Amino acid sequence: MKAKKVITAFVILAFLAALTVVLCCSKASDTVKIGVFLPMTGGVASYGQMEWAGIKTANELKPTVLGKKVELFLVDEKSDKIEAANAVSRLIKKEKVVAIIGTATSGNTMAGASIAEEAKVPIISPTATDPRVTQNRKYIFRVCFIDPFQGAVAAKYAFESLKARRAALLIDQAQDYCVDLANFFKQDFVKMGGSIVSSTFCQSGDQDFTAQLSAIKASKPDILYLPNYYTEDALVCKQAAELGVKVPILSADGAQAPELISIGGKSVEGFMFTGHFAKEGATTALAKQYIQSYESKNKTDASGFDALGADAYFVLIDAIERAKSTEGPKIREALASTKNFAGVSGVLSIGEDGNAKKGMVMLHVKDGKFRYLTTINP
Amino acid sequence: MGLNGAIHSDPFRRRNRFLTFVATGLLVFLLYIAHTFGTEYEIRILINCAIFIAMAVSYNFINGVTGQFSLAPNAFAAIGAYTSALLTMSPMEKQLSFIIEPIVWPLSVIHTPFLVSLIIAGMVAAFMGFLMGFPVFRVRGDYLAIVTLGFGEVVRVIANNTQSITNGPLGLKGIAHHTNLAWSWGFAIATIFFINRLIRSSYGLALKAIRYDESAAEAVGIDTFWHKMFAFIVSAFFGGIGGGLLAHLITTISPNLFTFFLTFNLLIIIVLGGLGSTTGSVIAAFVVTIGSELLRFFEEPIFIGGLHIPGIPGMRMVIFSLLLVLLMIFARQGLMGTREFSWNRAIDLMTAFRRYWESKK
Amino acid sequence: MIIDTSAFIQQLINGVSLGCLYGLIAIGYTMVYGILRLINFAHGDVMMVGCYFAFYGMLLFTLPWWASFLMAILLTALLGVLIDRGAYRPVRNAPRISALITAIGISFLLENLGLVLFGGRPKAFYRPEIFSGIHVFGEVRVLDLHVWTALLTLLIFILIYQIIYKTRIGRAMRCIAHDMETTRLMGVDLNRIIAFTFAIGSAAAAAGGIMWAMRYPQINPLMGILPGLKAFVAAVLGGIGNVRGAMLGGLLLGLIEILLVAARPDMAGYRDALAFGILILILLFRPTGLMGERLPE
Repeated sequence: MKAKKVITAFVILAFLAALTVVLCCSKASDTVKIGVFLPMTGGVASYGQMEWAGIKTANELKPTVLGKKVELFLVDEKSDKIEAANAVSRLIKKEKVVAIIGTATSGNTMAGASIAEEAKVPIISPTATDPRVTQNRKYIFRVCFIDPFQGAVAAKYAFESLKARRAALLIDQAQDYCVDLANFFKQDFVKMGGSIVSSTFCQSGDQDFTAQLSAIKASKPDILYLPNYYTEDALVCKQAAELGVKVPILSADGAQAPELISIGGKSVEGFMFTGHFAKEGATTALAKQYIQSYESKNKTDASGFDALGADAYFVLIDAIERAKSTEGPKIREALASTKNFAGVSGVLSIGEDGNAKKGMVMLHVKDGKFRYLTTINP
Repeated sequence: MGLNGAIHSDPFRRRNRFLTFVATGLLVFLLYIAHTFGTEYEIRILINCAIFIAMAVSYNFINGVTGQFSLAPNAFAAIGAYTSALLTMSPMEKQLSFIIEPIVWPLSVIHTPFLVSLIIAGMVAAFMGFLMGFPVFRVRGDYLAIVTLGFGEVVRVIANNTQSITNGPLGLKGIAHHTNLAWSWGFAIATIFFINRLIRSSYGLALKAIRYDESAAEAVGIDTFWHKMFAFIVSAFFGGIGGGLLAHLITTISPNLFTFFLTFNLLIIIVLGGLGSTTGSVIAAFVVTIGSELLRFFEEPIFIGGLHIPGIPGMRMVIFSLLLVLLMIFARQGLMGTREFSWNRAIDLMTAFRRYWESKK
Repeated sequence: MIIDTSAFIQQLINGVSLGCLYGLIAIGYTMVYGILRLINFAHGDVMMVGCYFAFYGMLLFTLPWWASFLMAILLTALLGVLIDRGAYRPVRNAPRISALITAIGISFLLENLGLVLFGGRPKAFYRPEIFSGIHVFGEVRVLDLHVWTALLTLLIFILIYQIIYKTRIGRAMRCIAHDMETTRLMGVDLNRIIAFTFAIGSAAAAAGGIMWAMRYPQINPLMGILPGLKAFVAAVLGGIGNVRGAMLGGLLLGLIEILLVAARPDMAGYRDALAFGILILILLFRPTGLMGERLPE
């Protein structure tokens, strides 16, 4: 009985305390508030953490806009759609941000998109590559390429550069990103004259791919297209090596995380993928500045996700400067007329459709590091 | 077996009914104020509260009142969400969404208004509960928990793999944002009213008897299987509608949305409130939903110019899990135990307090 | 569907290997259930913690791998005892649902503490050289790991079996499983025996976890959930309360899972649901499991 009273009292007190803290801590300041929603925990926390590191670096390089300091608000969307929607809602309604950067995955960006669209607050995503993210929306933008392009480039590279005619697919069924990408690849590869000799599936979180790999081995493909996240990619490569599946492996931007190499070890040597950024292929002055700043702070190579996080920030700041205002519609106009902005990941332009026109890099893993292969322009 | 009237005769019944009516009116008024003056963020939280209240109350019905430890509410929420979403999306929208594999007939042409879709969602969930009940109630206690948990997982896997019905991992996007304060709170009030009625009826007595001692209840002549099934189906019905409301709140659903995590949330709520107490579930739903948002504050870093207050992501869930364990060790009864709110007791309390106050003068 | 012999043998080997791991974890479940009638929801997460102990042992304390693994197993055994003492003992005399809810709470607590302390990003688990060889027999490839897993599992199983059936403390465990009250009245210190049971079960889980982490060399705080649940199904399949059954159930489940995906790769998405399907079937048609102990109330 007594314990219950103690617990009840504790719950009420904690409640009131939290309430007071939240209510009292409203900041009134002369700053430009920019919201950021990213997966800092959960299944794709890697991407969120990398992008946040990039945004922070960019913020240090350009901490002010229109003469005022930039205030960043980070909300963790926990790799979850409901949280993503709540995060956007919070940023807009509670923190009253003028624009939002986020998030890393397409599905979660879409979850928050309608709220921002209604509130006329622009969202600019670093790495959401699904075409549907910006479709029929005026306030949603991205600084990365879209998946139809990515799939097409992969197919072309496989067919022309690698001379592959028989492709095997191993698709993570639990992620729409993977399913979509595989579809785009398949359409283009077949159109060029190739054939899909094996189509197997897995789920995010799976650890054992031996059955799928045995089937793939039996179908004797020239190439394995593996458009999944780095966690599954690493394990697949390792088990492929163990099972003696000696097929070149091609993947997509979701593979570019340090864990791919730390977990995959020797088995990911030669692993190729379409990506956003490779520091050797960096061309712009901003890129060099960024790489130096990022690497001195983070003790690790500048890579795709952080570079795009930075680009999202830089493009947004540039748009606000051009708009000479922090009003949503005006920022929107400025974003939609971004022309040849020299970002970290390359020169990009954004049009009315919200999508970025830019080149793509092919990367591969060599000597335990991500290395630049070539650039492909649209 | 009647559903009318309380079991015990209550001389204050007319007064109490009047008070309930007034209280409900007050609630509606407060909601109206929130609707007019509240920010969208606050309204969203209130809607979340309402949906969780309803789902917690119906979950409490099977777990707390009937004593059957089910871990399946996330399955029913998922079924309800998908059903109602598929029904309210227009055929055109469905075609746009199902890009990998076209949706199967007749789902491709069905298009119903919101209310109808919710009711059908509830019924489909209830029907699934009916089917599940047969294997589930063959076992008891811990096994029942694991089997229901298993069903939750099976539903998720099926949702992920049946591309032509659920669109698989792509999920459904662009669901109309129908859920607002009226719908969610209307549903919550209806659920509380209905479940409360059930508990106070002779059905409720039988269910409580089953909770207390199933074998004895069987011996006294209660058909335990059908009673448990009944509670399960009712719980599934409301859980399904709750899922439908969630779908139309978030506007985009996918199989990964309805995981064991949702069940865990509901579990904390009903344990905190007191297993078996509807009032407790209502209060706890508020506390947990709002508390969840408040705790967020400790999770997020705030980055401004030079000042950086780091947050500890994930602390929220650690606190909740710890809370659950501590509750079970030290205060198993939760906030309300098995007691319910009653006007009689409340008024007695107030009268006693006033008398005490006056005697002190 | 052509059955390719070498592919089939390969899958058999994979299945047995996976099955051994399930079996090791299942032993812990079955022992605790046999004695306490409690499904230790947190068991899978205890396995996860064991993996992290081993990981950090090598990383932070730069212990050689064998020392780190041993230390991890001991620490995990200790963790199991602590959980029992701190969380399960206070609810020992409460209605069984309370114990189950507590177990769920501990499970979530371990997972989320793991997320906070270790971060959600997967970490690469070290695979010592001795376990890294591959032997090729035509189309069939046998990993050193496969061999070692089977050997070590057999060893651990025999060890535990000996403890249960040939020692006094094992006899006490069996008595408690049979009738707790009477055993207590006979003067046996229940708490000590129960603690010992948790220690052994957790140690076995840690061993299984470490071998799992070497096989699928990435660890993350949520890695214990599915293997834990599947191991429970394996325990039920073999007959809950029965250590031989746990091993058998584990092997069977591992084989069925691998063979299903091999035979029908398009059904690979259903592989996790398979375990639950088996559970439901078992509970419907043969609730005592394959090696049949009575299904207690």
